[in-house]
Amino acid sequence: MTKLKEALMAGRFVVTSEIGPPKGVNIDEYIDHAQAIKERVTAFNVTDLQSAVMRFGSLATCRLLIERGMEPVLQMTCRDRNRLALQSDLLSAYGLGIENILCLTGDHQKLGDHQGAKGVFDLDSVQLLVAAKKLQEGKDLAGNELEGAPEFFLGAVVTPEAEPLEPHIIKMEKKIAAGAQFFQTQAVYDAQKFKEFIKQTSRFNVAIMGGIVILKSVGMARFMNANVAGVNVPEELIEELKKDKEKTKSGQTGVEIAIRTINEIKDYCQGIHLMPLGWEDKLPAILDGAGL
Amino acid sequence: MIFTENKSIAEILETLGAEKNIFLLACNGCAEVCETGGESALLGMKAELEKAGKNVTGTALVDFLCNKVLVATRLAREMDKLKQADSMLVMTCGVGVQAVSRIVDIVVHPAANTVSLGGLQGLWPSDERCQACGDCALDYTGGICPVTSCAKELLNGPCGGAEDGKCEVDPERDCGWLKIYERLEKIGRLENLKKVYKPRDHSKMLPSQDLRKTSFYDLEQ
Repeated sequence: MTKLKEALMAGRFVVTSEIGPPKGVNIDEYIDHAQAIKERVTAFNVTDLQSAVMRFGSLATCRLLIERGMEPVLQMTCRDRNRLALQSDLLSAYGLGIENILCLTGDHQKLGDHQGAKGVFDLDSVQLLVAAKKLQEGKDLAGNELEGAPEFFLGAVVTPEAEPLEPHIIKMEKKIAAGAQFFQTQAVYDAQKFKEFIKQTSRFNVAIMGGIVILKSVGMARFMNANVAGVNVPEELIEELKKDKEKTKSGQTGVEIAIRTINEIKDYCQGIHLMPLGWEDKLPAILDGAGL
Repeated sequence: MIFTENKSIAEILETLGAEKNIFLLACNGCAEVCETGGESALLGMKAELEKAGKNVTGTALVDFLCNKVLVATRLAREMDKLKQADSMLVMTCGVGVQAVSRIVDIVVHPAANTVSLGGLQGLWPSDERCQACGDCALDYTGGICPVTSCAKELLNGPCGGAEDGKCEVDPERDCGWLKIYERLEKIGRLENLKKVYKPRDHSKMLPSQDLRKTSFYDLEQ
């Protein structure tokens, strides 16, 4: 059983973080960043060609984490592989000691750096969960018997501030029916909306980890509001970032906002998922401030 | 010429579920040639439904169901019979089913799978309505095609990418799944969204040998 599964199943409050591999082969410094905070984090997600940008792979990075004594969560999107390749990579992941899997649809290729690529989307996130669950039961999606079945701890994502929220809650319920045992959410900035989301999904009885992205600048907040679906940085927070330019630039404002958000939501969820986006060195201060 | 193949009676009865009163609408254009529409297929379907214990509240045959003016004008004469119906079974291609769903506010079920567009998209002047995927899901999505209206062709609901009802790919493009959600809510079928929809069978996109023997393919030789 993975440490992540053990901790969430035991009802402990869990902290995960995230690595976005580089475009190129210089992966070592990314692993070093993770190493520096590994005592404070249960597992590290590794993103899968995030934002549809071609990069170093998730599967290989996950294995490198294991070799350095860390536990990975393999993110798998449906954009780049058909059902044969997805199932094969799931089997390979298990063979490499990777059991935490986060199933996502994936950003459209038009958002990335190879805009003319053919998007696959042969399966969607729900169907990928179904496929992973079937593999665990010793069969593939076509019903063929496997020589040895993998064991996974399956997760999925949800956007708590989506408008309208109902279709996303219906889809979340389907993801649970398909095998999802934990959820990591899109970045949370509005604790009130997050609590409302938790209220509407408490009947699902599934582990939910709130997503935290450190605000680096006013520009970043405005960019996310305009371009990242389901992320809404409220105007008050943007004002707060504007107030003391030096403090914001040093990261102190972003750290304070993250601590406040975590403190507001931590009694309503089972953990937090930190997406540092290059600001790994700020994580210890955030975790200290939030008493985690 | 749009090529269609009948869904099996078992599949049609499964999608009709507990709905008892059915209005039957058939196309007399391309579907007549493929024997998925036309008068004899319409009468055959009526007999099958009645054999299965359904009540056919009315029938109509329209030359081209992809022509919304024809459909709206013809159905105006059938309002009473339509009101008695729990749903409508539409014997035509994917373009026709979507045209009908834009006109009536009741549940529409496709009776056929569209397998090839054969060089023409139907009279409804749009080239984005049907991809001839051969595995028609319009029944479950309230008559709005998820394959052509969603940039990722998702079958199980919206991705996290839509912002203000628009697609992550193009801020001018509506999120197809939001449209489907609104449509299902309007026709009282939101529970459809809770079904875990199976992966598409891409092998169904290939027209069968029988269809390839039709005049269109001969003319192409």
